[in-house]
Amino acid sequence: MSTMIKMVRSFAAVAAVAVSAPAFAAGNAPHIERHQWSFAGPFGTFDRGQLQRGFKVYREVCASCHGLRQVAFRSLAQDGGPSFSEEEAKQIASEYTVIDGPNEDGDMYERPAILADKFPSPFPNEQAARASNGGAYPPDFSLLAKARAAHRGFPWFVFDAFTQYQEQGADYIYELLISYPDEAPECLGEDFSGNFNPKFLGGSITAEACAHEHLTGGEIGMAAPLFDELVEYTDGTPMTVDHYAKDVAAFMMWAAEPHLEERKKIGFRVMVFLIFFAGMLYFTKKKLWRNVDH
Amino acid sequence: MAGHSNYVPQSAAAKWLESRLPVISLMRGSFVDFPTPKNLNYWWTFGGILFFVLIAQIITGIVLVMHYTPSTTAAFDSVEHIMRDVNFGWMLRYLHANGASMFFIAVYIHIFRGLYYGSYKAPREISWILGVIIFLIMMGTGFMGYVLPWGQMSFWGATVITNLFSAIPLVGEEIRTWLWGGFAVDNPTLNRFFSLHYLLPFMIFGVVILHVWAFHTTGNNNPSGVQPKTQQDTVPFHPYYTIKDLFAIVVFMILFAWFVFYVPNYMGHPDNYIEANPLVTPAHIVPEWYFLPFYAILRAVPDKLGGVVAMFGAIAVLFVVPWLDTSKVRSGTYRPLFKQFFWIFAAVCLALGYLGAMPAEGWYVTFSRIFTVYYFAHFLIILPMLGFLEKPRPLPASISEAVLKSGSGTPAGAAAAPETK
Amino acid sequence: MAHTTDAEEPNRRDFLYIATGAMGVVGAGALVWPFIDQMNPDASALALASIEVDVSAVEEGQSITVKWRGKPVFIRNRTEAEVEESKSVPLSDLPDKFARNSNLPADAEATDVNRGVEGKENWLVQVGICTHLGCVPIGDQGDFGGWFCPCHGSHYDTAGRIRKGPAPENLLIPPLEFVTDSMIKIG
Repeated sequence: MSTMIKMVRSFAAVAAVAVSAPAFAAGNAPHIERHQWSFAGPFGTFDRGQLQRGFKVYREVCASCHGLRQVAFRSLAQDGGPSFSEEEAKQIASEYTVIDGPNEDGDMYERPAILADKFPSPFPNEQAARASNGGAYPPDFSLLAKARAAHRGFPWFVFDAFTQYQEQGADYIYELLISYPDEAPECLGEDFSGNFNPKFLGGSITAEACAHEHLTGGEIGMAAPLFDELVEYTDGTPMTVDHYAKDVAAFMMWAAEPHLEERKKIGFRVMVFLIFFAGMLYFTKKKLWRNVDH
Repeated sequence: MAGHSNYVPQSAAAKWLESRLPVISLMRGSFVDFPTPKNLNYWWTFGGILFFVLIAQIITGIVLVMHYTPSTTAAFDSVEHIMRDVNFGWMLRYLHANGASMFFIAVYIHIFRGLYYGSYKAPREISWILGVIIFLIMMGTGFMGYVLPWGQMSFWGATVITNLFSAIPLVGEEIRTWLWGGFAVDNPTLNRFFSLHYLLPFMIFGVVILHVWAFHTTGNNNPSGVQPKTQQDTVPFHPYYTIKDLFAIVVFMILFAWFVFYVPNYMGHPDNYIEANPLVTPAHIVPEWYFLPFYAILRAVPDKLGGVVAMFGAIAVLFVVPWLDTSKVRSGTYRPLFKQFFWIFAAVCLALGYLGAMPAEGWYVTFSRIFTVYYFAHFLIILPMLGFLEKPRPLPASISEAVLKSGSGTPAGAAAAPETK
Repeated sequence: MAHTTDAEEPNRRDFLYIATGAMGVVGAGALVWPFIDQMNPDASALALASIEVDVSAVEEGQSITVKWRGKPVFIRNRTEAEVEESKSVPLSDLPDKFARNSNLPADAEATDVNRGVEGKENWLVQVGICTHLGCVPIGDQGDFGGWFCPCHGSHYDTAGRIRKGPAPENLLIPPLEFVTDSMIKIG
């Protein structure tokens, strides 16, 4: 048995050091807190209301710049998602226009989207998106919640494997959205006309006057997108930036990982099975070996 | 391989087959009746675990190919199609991606087990060398597999690694262009990587058979390092080790399932969920975790060619380990000094892994250099010298004696390795 | 002591072995399913199970071909002569006596009415796949004024019924309905 314990211990040590997270951003990397989410942990599930609200925020605020090109309208009605009814999903789809074709005359034409279509992107390509946004490229939302993560550092990333921390993306999006300051830091100077966000992972601060201010984040292309009362909630949820940010971050997590609930559900069954099976194999093995000195 | 079978065909059909193709006695001789030292501890189960992971990777891989499209315009989206639309596609893809990590976890444990117990020493040199070859092909397979989803890390990882070849004097540039099939990593590169990624696992399978054949010819090593002398020292492979390996495989599957179902993206990198963009390099390029120690060695050397030579040298040195270790004693259990250096070496490898993930600046570089020097010193200086300087503990006369000496009168839980006592 | 254990052991051991073995079989069975199911049509393929086609531009005597589930579907606005010709064929002349119409019971007879769209009998909508070995028949050809399959020489009449050649069945009529006067929903 002591071998086993030792093995487990060595294993933890190997996993600890070998599985390294991304490198430190030099100097002013923002710190992102770990927040509570309904979809975290081994039994996590999405909060249907939250996903529907998050979708509303996305549609009314974000969708004019950010695409959702990997997500099909039919997914809005699938299990483990926002669980719109099929009729509602059809209705939502029909409010979007997609390009289809060619028709008999060889022309492309526009038609209302159907369930089988995916969300059309607001810009035809990256160049067009940059041209319309002062050079910044609003990233597509389909995978963003899995494509962003703040650096965790040693030893936290070791614990993350055991505490099942996979919500870094949602945490980051949430904190980014609620962290726009009313005014940019003074040290950036009066000429600074951009948008400052202390949680922006892609930002850097080059102004010399800021050298000793211990600022994190930096200039971000997107102006603060959310304001209190901006989107109408009908289920009584307070209409604040904090709730909007959290809801849209949850929605983006679902968009990036639409089978999350199914995955965790199957995972639990698999775990129970494997642990029982391993136990039975252990006793079988013990029984077989009982007459051998080894 | 077949020499150990006590198989006597009974039925007429079995006799007919046996006289033409003795495949049944071959399999029985290798995996049923094969006399195996009775004192193998759980570190030895990683061979079976690796075989399981190899088969799992091949099966999930074949299935993923049914849905994947190797083209720069469609690869990223086809992976998302697998993740979103294909029935159980998310599970198959997470199994395959995390399976690669599991493969390397198991292979590193397997290699270090071989290093500790002197499994590379005569007469098992060929088995060891074949193992290093398997490791090399695995690295190639893992690297090319990581390119296929065509994310940012795929693209820039491929760019950096293929650029290593440009360090070769005179023909480096030509080799790089030849690998790319163009003037940058692009569609031709993706397609040839896909082709080779599909091919190499079957080559691994072939070399695995040779690897097993080799140590079935010499007999297994064991924790005492003493060759089995009588029948008392061995047990038939089946059912004793089939059940033990199976138990270990299922325990390993629990770890595997933990990653697949609960933290499937833990081993991956967020940037690989951004589609490849040849115009923008991510801020920090890191290879997959299993390459990090070698990546640290590459960056520790301040010269392009030197770094590449050091990195490949770090693997190449493994080929000659059987001749660098001058000690007459096989198992680390009876080598008090070696034991200490072994653990220092293991710690150095882990530290190199950590440094490989850190930016190449400041103290990180300093430590990378110190540990790189130590890595080579372990093989080229310490191992050869230890054989002369060390006074080994007395060896047991036989495996049975080693087992009794380690105080295991109690059969249950007696699988403990001698060094844990 | 040792004696008693030995005497009891076989039963207990057998049970343990059988239970463990059974559990292994169950686990392997459950594991196999995802690997089989992944080859079934995926969510994106199922979503395309139905299409809507605008047929307002198809004049009498004209046909269009649309793609449904990756297969050609012939939509023909038949002339009165074609309908008459089809109606005049006695059932006994038909190699396949069944309508093969997904909208009707499986034993519906292959009359012209059962082949056409209910209430709009001049419209003929059928999957353009020869029931022999899956080639696409050519329109306005063959000995019966309907379709002719070039692969192995099957002749279909103006209602898409097999009349001559190796094909065993009439052309399949997919599930369909007129959503509006000029819009057909297939699937």
